[in-house]
Amino acid sequence: MLSSHLPVLVIVIPLICAPLCILFRGKDQAFGIALVAIWSSFACACLVTARVMTEGTISYELGGWPPPIGIELRIDALNALILLIVSGIASVVAPYSRNSLLLEYVEDRSYMFYSAFLLCVCGLMGVAVTGDAFNLFVFLEISSLSSYVLIALGFDRRALTASYQYLIMGTIGATFIVISIGLLYQATGTLNMADIAKRLPEHGYDRTVICAFAFMVIGAGLKIALFPLHQWLPNAYTYAPSTVTAFLAATATKVSVYILLRFLFTVFGVKFSFEVLPTAMPLMILAVMAMFIPSIVACFQKNVKRVLAYSSVAQIGYMILGISFVNLTGLTAGILHLFNHALMKGALFLVLGAIVYRIGSCNIDRMAGIARRMPWTMAAFVGGSLSLIGIPMTAGFISKWYLIVAALEKGWWYIAVLIVASSLIAVIYVWRVIESAYFREPPNDLSEISEAPLSLLIPAWILVVANVYFGIDTSLPVGLSELAARALMGAG
Amino acid sequence: MDLKVYIALSILLPLVGTIMIWMSGARPNQREVVTIITAGLTFLCVIQLLPAVLAGQQPELVVAELMPGLNLAFKIEPLGMLFALIASFLWIVTSFYAIGYMRGHHEPNQTRFYMCFAIAISSALAIAFSGNMFTLFIAYEVLTLSTYPLVTHSQTDEARRAGRVYLGILMSTSIGLLMIGVIWTWHAAGTLDFTEGGILRGKVDDGLVIVLLFLYMYGIGKAALMPIHRWLPAAMVAPTPVSALLHAVAVVKAGVFTVLKVIIYIFGADFLTETGASVWLMYVAGATVLLASLVALTKDNLKARLAYSTISQLAYIVLAGALATSHSLVGGAMHIAMHAFGKITLFFCAGAIMVASHKTEISQMRGLGWKMPYTFAAFLIGSLSVIGLPPLGGSWSKWYIALGAVDAEQIIFVAVLMISSLLNIAYLIPVFARGFFGPREEEEAQMADDRGHGDADHGDAPGSGAHAATGKRIQEAPLFCLVPLWLTAIGCIALFVYADRLHAMLAPIVK
Repeated sequence: MLSSHLPVLVIVIPLICAPLCILFRGKDQAFGIALVAIWSSFACACLVTARVMTEGTISYELGGWPPPIGIELRIDALNALILLIVSGIASVVAPYSRNSLLLEYVEDRSYMFYSAFLLCVCGLMGVAVTGDAFNLFVFLEISSLSSYVLIALGFDRRALTASYQYLIMGTIGATFIVISIGLLYQATGTLNMADIAKRLPEHGYDRTVICAFAFMVIGAGLKIALFPLHQWLPNAYTYAPSTVTAFLAATATKVSVYILLRFLFTVFGVKFSFEVLPTAMPLMILAVMAMFIPSIVACFQKNVKRVLAYSSVAQIGYMILGISFVNLTGLTAGILHLFNHALMKGALFLVLGAIVYRIGSCNIDRMAGIARRMPWTMAAFVGGSLSLIGIPMTAGFISKWYLIVAALEKGWWYIAVLIVASSLIAVIYVWRVIESAYFREPPNDLSEISEAPLSLLIPAWILVVANVYFGIDTSLPVGLSELAARALMGAG
Repeated sequence: MDLKVYIALSILLPLVGTIMIWMSGARPNQREVVTIITAGLTFLCVIQLLPAVLAGQQPELVVAELMPGLNLAFKIEPLGMLFALIASFLWIVTSFYAIGYMRGHHEPNQTRFYMCFAIAISSALAIAFSGNMFTLFIAYEVLTLSTYPLVTHSQTDEARRAGRVYLGILMSTSIGLLMIGVIWTWHAAGTLDFTEGGILRGKVDDGLVIVLLFLYMYGIGKAALMPIHRWLPAAMVAPTPVSALLHAVAVVKAGVFTVLKVIIYIFGADFLTETGASVWLMYVAGATVLLASLVALTKDNLKARLAYSTISQLAYIVLAGALATSHSLVGGAMHIAMHAFGKITLFFCAGAIMVASHKTEISQMRGLGWKMPYTFAAFLIGSLSVIGLPPLGGSWSKWYIALGAVDAEQIIFVAVLMISSLLNIAYLIPVFARGFFGPREEEEAQMADDRGHGDADHGDAPGSGAHAATGKRIQEAPLFCLVPLWLTAIGCIALFVYADRLHAMLAPIVK
C-alpha cells in the first residue's frame, strides 16, 4: 500500500521534517530528525529506482487528480538517477555536517541549518520527481532559496556577498525559466510536461515557442553555471560552509542539467531543439570553452575550494558536451557524468571540509605537508582526484570513455582530442595540491594537527570508495543512463 | 580449471602481500620476510602456468564486465608468459637486494617502499596476462601510479621535480594518446581482444593505420621512444632497487611488451608490413637507438648512463616490432629477457657501489674495482650481455633482430645495430676499465694526501680519503646485494646457453 506512495514520500518526508527541526530546536534533536528524514527519503528513492528499473516509468497522481489538470509526479530512469544522486549525497553529507558545523560558528543555530538543508533536499528532489512544469519551477525556487540561506551560513563574511551574488544570478535564471513556462502555457494551455510535449507539434513552432525555448536554455544555463554564465559559482562554493559546498556541488547543478535535458529533449522535443533550431553547435562550443577556460583558471587559484569550483564549471562542460552530440552514446555519457561527477566532487569537497576543520583554511600554501599529519584525509583526496582526472578503475574514467566513444561515433576525432587535453589540465591543478600536501615541509604551527575526526573521514571515504566501486561495477549508473538516454532520444 | 586459479593468484598474491607488509610495518624483519615469501609464492604461481603455455594452450580468465563488451579479462600467450616469468623471478632477486640496499643506505619509509613495489609487480603481471587492450590499459595506469611514490621516495625537491616529469610524461601520453588510440580501436574494430593476426584488418584505411600506430607508439610512454624518453632518466632519483627492477625490467619492459603485443595482436604483423605503416617507426626507433647511446656517452653519473643505455636498448625492441618480420619479433621478445637480466645486473652493481663506497659518478670510481672485485666482475658480464657479445644472452636477441632487418630488406638497420653495439662498448667498458686500470689504493692514498683537505668532504665514505690508509682490503657491498647481482649475472650466461628453449617458447607468437 505504502509502496504506491513512494514517489511522493521522497519529497514529503523532508518537507514535513524541515519545520520539525525548528520546533525541536535542540541541536541533537534537529540533527536526529534531519538524519532520519534524509536517510528514509534515500531509502524511498532506492525503492523507487528499483521499481523504475523493473516496471518502467511510474506516474503518480498527486491528491488523486488525474493529469493534465492535476499535478503528476512522473519518474523515469533519468528522474530516478537524479533522485539517487540527490538523496544519496544528502545521506552522506548529513552525518558529516554535525561536526563540520562546529567550525562555522552556527552551532547554536544549527537547527536552522538542518531545516534549510532539508528544504533544499526537498526542493531538489521535487524538481526531479515532478511531471508538471510550474511545479518544477516551485520546487526549483524552494531549493534555490534554501541554498542562498545555506551559503550565507559560511563563517567567512564574504559568504554573504557570495550568497547575494548567487541570489541575483539564480533569480534571473529562475525568472527566465518561469517566463519560458508561462510562454509555453500560453501556447499550449497546459502545464503538464508530457502534455506540452504532445501539444507543441500541433501548435506549431511559432515565435512564442522559440522565445520560450530561448528563455529556458538561458535560464537553465544560469542555474547550471554553464560557461560563461558561471560567475556566481566559484564564490558561492568557496565561502559556503564545507558541508554545503559538498552538497551543492554534487547536486544543485546536476538538477539544473536535468531541467535542461527534460525541456530540450522531452518538452520541446529533439526535432525542434536540434533540427529546427541550431542548438547543438552553440552548446558544443560553450561546452568546449567550459572544458578549457575554467580549467586553466583553476590552475592559478590558491584556494583549493576555488580550484575545485572552477573544475566543476569545467566538468559541467563535459556533461553539456555529451548532450550536444545528440546521439545515444553522447547523451548516455553526459548523464553518466552527472552521476560520476557528483561522486567525485562530493568526495573532494568533503575531504577539503575535513582539512578546513583541522587547519582552518584550504589555501594551497597552508596545506603544505598536511599529508604527514592527516594521511587518511589526503589519501581520500588523492582517490577523488584520480577519479576527477579519469584514471581507469574510477568512475571518472567510465564517463570519459563514453564521451570519447560518442565523439568518435560522430566522427569528430578532434573533440576526442580536446576531451583528453582538458583532462590533462585537471592533472595539473590537482597535482599542485597533492605536491603541496606531500612534498613541502609543514609549517611549524602544524605540528599539533592530527587526523580529521572519523565523523568527517568516513563520509568522505564512503564517496571515495563509491568512486572506485562505480568505476568497476558500472551496471547501475550505465544501465540507468542508457535507459534515460534512450527515453530522451525516443521522446523526440 | 586450476590454471584460472593460478592466474588470479599471480595477480592477487602481491596485493595480499601489500596488505600484510602494511600490517607488519613496525617490524622490519617480519615485513621483509613477508615480501620475500610473497615474491616466492607469486613466482611459483606464475611458473605453474608455464607447462600449459608450452603445450600451446592459452588459459583464460574473465573477471568482470566493466562496460558492455569490455571485459576485465586475462589470457596467457607465450609473450606474456615470458614477461611474467621475468618480472616475478627478478622480483625475488630484487627483494633480497632491496633488503641489503635499503638497510645499508638507511632509507626512510621502507614500508611504503615495499608496499608500492608489490603493487607495481602485481600490475606488471596484470599487464603480462591481460587478454585485451582494455585490461592492459587499466593495469598500465595502475603501474604508473604505483611507481610514482617509489620515484619520489626521498621526498626531496629533486625527487618532486623528477616525479613531475615522470608523471607528467607517462600520464599525458597514456591519457592523451594511448586512451584515444584504444577507444578508436574499439570504435573501429568493435573489439579489443588480443587476437592472432590482429583485429584491424579490413576495419580501417591505410591513413588511419598510421595515425593509430602513432597514437599507440607514443601513447605507450613507458617504451621511452625519443622524444618522450625524459621520464626514464628522471626516474633515476629513486632508490636503486627501483631503478633496477622497475626502470630496467618491469616498467620499461611493460612498455615494450605492450608495443610488441599491440603490433602482433592488435595490428597484426602482416597487416603492418602490407600497409607499410610502420616504416616511420623504424626510423624513429633506429634514431633513438643511436641518439640515446650518444647521450649515454656524455653522462658521468652511472645510473644516468645506464638509464640512457636502457632507452637505447628499448628502442631495439620497438625497432624489432616495427620491422614486423617473424625473426625480428621473436628477437624483440627475446631481447626483453636478455636485456632484463643484463641491465638489472648493471643496476645492482651501481647500487652496490653506492652502498659500499657512496660513489655515484663514474669519474670517482678509479681503482674501485680492486676493492669491489666481485661487483665489478659482474658488471663486466652485464655489460657484455648488453653489448651483445657471446657467450652472453644479449648476443642472440641482437642476432635475431638483425636477421629480421635483413628479412625486411632494411639493411640500414643492420648497420644501426652494429654501430650501436660499438657505442655500447664505448660507454659501458670504461666503467669497468676505470675500476681496474685506474691507480691502485696506495697511489690513491698518495694522491689523497697531495690534495689535502680537498678530499675531506668525502671523509665519511669508507675507502676514500682518510680511510684509504687501511690498505687494499676488499670492501664489498653487503652479501644481500652481492648474491643477487651474481645470480642475475649467471642468468645472462644461462640465457646464452638455453636460448633455444626461449626461442621455441616464443615461436608460436609469429606462426
